[in-house]
Amino acid sequence: MDSIIPQLLTGLAGASSLFLVASGLTIIFGVTRIVNFSHGSLMMLGAYIGWSILTRLPREPEWFVLGIIATVLATAVIGVLLEVVVLRRVYRAPELFQLLATFGVVLILQDVTLWIWGPVELPLSRPRWLRTAFDVAGSRLPMADLILIIVGPVVLGLLWLVMNRTRWGTLVRAATLDREMVAALGVDQRLLFTSVFALGAGLAGFGGALSLMSASANLHIDLAVITDAFVVVVVGGLGSLTGAFAASLLIGILQAFGIVLIPKSTLVLVFLVMAVVLVFRPNGLMGRPQADAREALVAAPVVRPAPRELRLLSLATLLLAIVAPFFVGDYYLTVLTDACVAVIFATSLHFMMGPGGMASFGHAAWFGIGAYAAGLLMQWIGAPMPIGLLAAPIAAGIVAALFGWFVVRLSGVYLSMLTLAFAQIVWAICFQWVELTGGDNGMLGLVRPEWARDERVFYWVALALTVAVALLLRRALYAPYGYALRAVRDSATRARAIGLNVGWLRMAAIVIAGAACGLSGALFSYGKGSIFPTYITISHSVEALLMVLLGGLQTIAGPIIGALVYTGLADILMRSTDLWRLVLGAVIVLLVVAFPEGIAGAARRLWLRGREA
Amino acid sequence: MSVLVVQGLSKSFGGVQAVGDVSFAVAPGEMLALIGPNGAGKSTCFNMVGGQMPPDAGSVVLDGKPITGLGPRAISRHGVGRTFQITATFGSMTVRENVQMALLSHRGKIWQFWRPVAGRYADEADALLAQVGLEAQADRATGVLAYGDLKRLELAIALGNAPRLLLMDEPTAGMAPAERVGLMQLTRKLATERGVAVLFTEHDMDVVFDVSDRILVLNRGTLIAEGDGASIRTNPAVREIYLGTGATSGGH
Repeated sequence: MDSIIPQLLTGLAGASSLFLVASGLTIIFGVTRIVNFSHGSLMMLGAYIGWSILTRLPREPEWFVLGIIATVLATAVIGVLLEVVVLRRVYRAPELFQLLATFGVVLILQDVTLWIWGPVELPLSRPRWLRTAFDVAGSRLPMADLILIIVGPVVLGLLWLVMNRTRWGTLVRAATLDREMVAALGVDQRLLFTSVFALGAGLAGFGGALSLMSASANLHIDLAVITDAFVVVVVGGLGSLTGAFAASLLIGILQAFGIVLIPKSTLVLVFLVMAVVLVFRPNGLMGRPQADAREALVAAPVVRPAPRELRLLSLATLLLAIVAPFFVGDYYLTVLTDACVAVIFATSLHFMMGPGGMASFGHAAWFGIGAYAAGLLMQWIGAPMPIGLLAAPIAAGIVAALFGWFVVRLSGVYLSMLTLAFAQIVWAICFQWVELTGGDNGMLGLVRPEWARDERVFYWVALALTVAVALLLRRALYAPYGYALRAVRDSATRARAIGLNVGWLRMAAIVIAGAACGLSGALFSYGKGSIFPTYITISHSVEALLMVLLGGLQTIAGPIIGALVYTGLADILMRSTDLWRLVLGAVIVLLVVAFPEGIAGAARRLWLRGREA
Repeated sequence: MSVLVVQGLSKSFGGVQAVGDVSFAVAPGEMLALIGPNGAGKSTCFNMVGGQMPPDAGSVVLDGKPITGLGPRAISRHGVGRTFQITATFGSMTVRENVQMALLSHRGKIWQFWRPVAGRYADEADALLAQVGLEAQADRATGVLAYGDLKRLELAIALGNAPRLLLMDEPTAGMAPAERVGLMQLTRKLATERGVAVLFTEHDMDVVFDVSDRILVLNRGTLIAEGDGASIRTNPAVREIYLGTGATSGGH
């Protein structure tokens, strides 16, 4: 067992760098109640800015420290800019829109970083003093790890002092417990929020700069880090600093030992721990139940059948879609097929997220499971496309049922995070189990039967399935089940009091959404002829969220409109500019600021203006 | 025979006894008021009967069937209707749809994925709404109702599963005085007509003495008095709590 000490030390170092990022995230969440997706991007910027500063400075330790401090200040300033320009405008928006806005920032910062520093990884050539190592109980401890191991607890201590010994810290703690009360006491919220953001961003920048000691600055830091940071923050309990520290230690050490014990499954291990913690402690290790915001929640508008005009418009669109293959070229035909897939992808998410009230951040998991189910069946028994299309929703539905068992008892951000975590597990399995899935190389040669080889025929198949799924889901939403699901979302207390089974109703929504989404995954795979783990990435899950939120949660037409607009927008952007992420991100941010109820929601509001009491 | 029989109900929170050895019964058509100063244990009592909270000891029997410790859903299935201190309704539905949901649930028609809700049990829902005086508002969004109307809607929803027992926690909280008596007289009428037993907590003493058949007085978790309005009014122990210290004005 001589590998325990070095693994433990590596784990402690890893825990410290996790904590640096997670502490900022948790402080920002505690006060502003914003789950900041762009926190990983701030760390990435910290790494790049740190690289730019440190490579220009002399290589002595004191200059290194100075360079790190400069980096921290620079990212703090960026954080302030971010808060003032974007987030301040969305504090009043629904939670999910805030998240969407911060994801827009992620996209923008990705392109900005790419534009400034280029696509090549930037390693820091480490000075001699940083390359030394120490002998600890017979094993080597690199200087970089030693620094990290020391920095983590020191930062925790400093934060504790700031939080408990300064007036500002007292305000931050008070705002974490009850921000309306703090506002009522006459505290300048703007200043408090901005300064909290500066602190959080500075911590992320610190983590990014320190990561240069052992890794290079690259463009994948943002999403990789944000996943880990979410896990830590959720396991520790949202808003709890000590919780974040404890969770960092747990996860850091788990990762270090996991690599030795089961090299391929560290991700799975980490997320299993998260799932187990959340099942037994739904608010994390040290979190407390979130106090309900006292600001009157805007009641969801009444869902009414679409007006006649909208039905006519839908019918016209459908007719156009049916005859489209006779007019458009091959390229646009594939775009239209993709749009069909997107519509199922989005309507299925809407089903559990709108009426079900369960925002999934890992919807791509079902997409991927459907795709791989079809692919594996073809590989194993040569199952043809119809069988594959049938098996995909069944497989996704079964997995969704297993997963739903964990999820139905959670709510809000915790539920979202667990879905995100679950999607990452599925991704990790597809990515790492090379023998089964082909890993990164994907699964190729998914052939269509003779009759569906023609792109036009396949498009019609996709269109028919899409219309069928959309109509079935719509039907269910207007039936007693759909109403009951909405009832549970509106008031679980009342739902129970009239005898509704809250858990099973939500569970069924997850299974239905998962199954429908699985179908879209298989459809997409037959369209492309191949399956890749990228189908299950966070970005893909967020695309589904974007479509639903763009269209609006409160109308049944919303996700369809959102999916069409998103597909069109992404297509135009990707072909017309290299900076499509930047443009897309900016569009998202603008939309969230301008239409917090989505496109369909805004249209509905304008339409209903003066028509409803 | 009593609809509800509660015996020896007790509950402690971290060593502090909130409710100790409370026993009572409610007969069909009877309105039983549970009163007492703040912190007397009314809500705790209520939540144990309604299933929101399991008791530490004691039994709750509904129509001869033990329901002790069951969850709110199961208790609802046994024929208990409930209104809440802070109204709980389905905000994304119309007033009629709220009642339709209760009717659909009561008849076990929830797990249906095809036939639309629109029109189902609509007449029955309208009849219930008419009984509480909301028929004119049936098509309105629940979110735009005045508070007093929401309370009435809750009553109509609670009646939707044809309850044997109605549990009403502070039914008139937040209402104007004139409305309060109106709502409780309406409840009184419905209770008599349908033979429903009603257990309610209430702060407004005018309401309590006006509509209740019998009154239970709780103080510090124990039952200190039980009787009709007149006997409670003159009960020295009750006067002591409400008037004796001068801290509370008794009925506000």
